[in-house]
Amino acid sequence: MSDIAERVKKIVVEHLGVDAEKVTDSANFIDDLGADSLDTVELVMAFEEEFSVEIPDDAAETIVTVGDAIKFLEKNVAA
Amino acid sequence: MFELKGRKALVTGATGGIGGAIARALHARGAEVALSGTRREALEKLAGELGERVHVVPANLADTAEVEALVPAAEQALGGLDVLVNNAGITRDNLFMRMKDEEWDAVIAVNLTSAFRLSRAAVKGMMRRRFGRIVGIGSIVGATGNPGQGNYAAAKAGLVGMTKALAAEVASRGITVNCVAPGFIETPMTDALNDKQRESILGNVPAGRLGTGEEVAAAVVYLASDEAAYVTGQTLHVNGGMAMF
Repeated sequence: MSDIAERVKKIVVEHLGVDAEKVTDSANFIDDLGADSLDTVELVMAFEEEFSVEIPDDAAETIVTVGDAIKFLEKNVAA
Repeated sequence: MFELKGRKALVTGATGGIGGAIARALHARGAEVALSGTRREALEKLAGELGERVHVVPANLADTAEVEALVPAAEQALGGLDVLVNNAGITRDNLFMRMKDEEWDAVIAVNLTSAFRLSRAAVKGMMRRRFGRIVGIGSIVGATGNPGQGNYAAAKAGLVGMTKALAAEVASRGITVNCVAPGFIETPMTDALNDKQRESILGNVPAGRLGTGEEVAAAVVYLASDEAAYVTGQTLHVNGGMAMF
């Protein structure tokens, strides 16, 4: 697992208070992890802070699973 | 009760009669206060009176770029933002049939749209900190209407609706969003009334007098306090009984 993936999953576990084993790449924040729409906004804010990156609203809307977040950040975070 | 020690507050329109009273009251309860308004000198004067725990962050809320810059400036000066008081307001009264688009637009922009933009900016940090108080200063006119004030009444009623929607969204994050709706208050705005106007207004006020800025400010202090944590989406009318809801 990449460093980014690990950090993303840690944030999700902490923020949503879910078990780590549930936080798989295909887990949907809302359907699988019990997030509400405000949680998803907060998660995006947390990712922005953790990775010092800006996630524009139109990109944020495409991030619906844990894997989506990891993919976006792997592409947009300077190594 | 109602201590605000350590709380960081931004008040817009702080040079006005009501805004100044709000800034003083929050400061007196221990808050660190950022004063905003268009007139830097008047803000500096008030800041000088208050002494410590005060910052001056001028902004013209008719200017979108200045609106966008205000919350970041206040957060930087204060080191965070716990309490936002959307108090700034203007009037451009005219009979409805004569009201110009510019008069409508100016009042909506300053009284409603700036409150939306400032609240949007402020709520982000409040969500992160799991605490926030947003208080909009509405008006009796937003609930009852008033001839010559179609634009002002629309903006103030809009503020109430916006307050309820935002309150519902962020309540689970420890943030409350409320309005205080003053009736007729002694300010430079009401000083301009002539005796006949004054008399006719007082005929509709069971308390038999105009209110004071301090009485409006006390309602803001309450809504900003920890004790008001379970009060959200409400409008607190401070009007001497002029209208009861």
